[in-house]
Amino acid sequence: MDINDLRSIVTVVSMLTFLGIVWWAYGVKSNKQRFAEAANLPFADEEAERVELGLPSRNEQRKTS
Amino acid sequence: MSETQSTYNYKVVRQFTVMSVIWGIVGMLVGVIIAAQLVWPELNYGFLHFGRLRPLHTNAVIFAFGGCALMGSSLYVVQRTCHTRLFSDGLAAFVFWGWQLVILLAAITLPLGLTQGKEYAELEWPIDILIALVWVAYAVVFFGTIAKRKVTHIYVANWFYGSFILAVALLHIINSAAIPVSLTKSYSAYAGVQDAMVQWWYGHNAVGFFLTAGFLGMMYYFVPKQAERPVYSYRLSVVHFWALIFTYMWAGPHHLHYTALPDWTQSVGMIFSLILLAPSWGGMINGIMTLSGAWHKLRDDPILKFLITSLSFYGMSTFEGPMMSIKTVNALSHYTDWTVGHVHSGALGWVAMVSIGTIYYLLPRLFGKPEMNSVKLITVHFWVATIGVVLYIASMWIAGVMQGLMWRSVNSDGTLAYSFVESVKVSYPFWAIRFLGGLLFLSGMLIMAYNMFKTMAGGSTVDAPVLVPAGQHA
Repeated sequence: MDINDLRSIVTVVSMLTFLGIVWWAYGVKSNKQRFAEAANLPFADEEAERVELGLPSRNEQRKTS
Repeated sequence: MSETQSTYNYKVVRQFTVMSVIWGIVGMLVGVIIAAQLVWPELNYGFLHFGRLRPLHTNAVIFAFGGCALMGSSLYVVQRTCHTRLFSDGLAAFVFWGWQLVILLAAITLPLGLTQGKEYAELEWPIDILIALVWVAYAVVFFGTIAKRKVTHIYVANWFYGSFILAVALLHIINSAAIPVSLTKSYSAYAGVQDAMVQWWYGHNAVGFFLTAGFLGMMYYFVPKQAERPVYSYRLSVVHFWALIFTYMWAGPHHLHYTALPDWTQSVGMIFSLILLAPSWGGMINGIMTLSGAWHKLRDDPILKFLITSLSFYGMSTFEGPMMSIKTVNALSHYTDWTVGHVHSGALGWVAMVSIGTIYYLLPRLFGKPEMNSVKLITVHFWVATIGVVLYIASMWIAGVMQGLMWRSVNSDGTLAYSFVESVKVSYPFWAIRFLGGLLFLSGMLIMAYNMFKTMAGGSTVDAPVLVPAGQHA
């Protein structure tokens, strides 16, 4: 087997890996929930948001000093 | 984690964000100066001529302005989406001060003519070593923070920022390999066409990972946040990420069409550049469609205007890029001002505008204010910048196509129809328009700096508390 066979194999394996990722993202139904959770990560910290904008805290006990 | 309330490390974010604006002004000012030097050649004083200042301009805008914006925003996003403080405050401080030292050394050595002569990798070997050290520290801080995250998922913006950090480390270390002969002089470790290929493998992936993946990380956090709705399709963002990763690395040879590079390598570069259109537009659509159902927000929110317009320019330049990589199109466009216009449609339209939107988002939050000192001035900045970009790229298109057509036209006996200097002569008016466009863009940055200092004045520097979201306790 010469080096060019190896190069071809790597190309084909890369393509299959990518197609596998597409299937994982669009085909696997159980991923729907985890993607929804992940997509909402930037919105999971309302309290920190209020503090950095200089607004009064909603939860007085958690207020920073 | 102890019971006392811990906070996010905003200090390093604050430092990078403010310096990004400052370096943006410096880098763009040098750009305006060299644009003026092309129109009025008598402005080339002594050693401060176009040839010495041009690398200073590119390094300052890419690595000082863009670099500070990327480092600042990534260290903010990684903390907020991982719900944990930075891995190491000491290392973070080293990253900031080390990077400023790199910028300072670049500003001294490049005008003195100390250069490795590789585009976007001009800095001499001692500075290259410093860059590598700072970059590794940056990677440790970033990935260390991800490792100690308090939530299960790693948000997609961190994937993009992470790939930018890893790829730039790889590119920098391989392309900067050199044999030093003195403290200020070295020779590349590669020879001939291999050197050229390594250089443009680096060069194009600096575009792909520094100027694209990093700023896409910005896009995936700040567009949803400013639009107050999650990204249009998270699934698409996963495919977008991996499609970019699998294709970008191979596009470099399109910088070397019709050179000593083997023909098949040029064709591979062209084909991968054409494939790149798909992930690029997938990402652009994902960003713009995040606003779907809330288009009215675009009307009175100037920060969203910056972010969404940047995506439009991203879409435009990622259509133009693959087109220019086609060998027959490249035969016309290469070495002309069309290339310069293409780069600036990406650099000013996409990179600078998405950074400016991000910085306007961050500044009030970093200084405990509900909004920027003047929202009206953000709108003014937006229009001044947009008109500047349009003038810049339109003039460069016209000049570039004109130059390409003049250089290739031949008389019936096969001799060239125009001498080179004739193409220079007809380019003057367009270089003047380009100067004006650049000047407008720079003026926008000055408006931004005024607004920034007004916002900082009397602001508090309270760091937001680290709170773990419900149901996510690790």
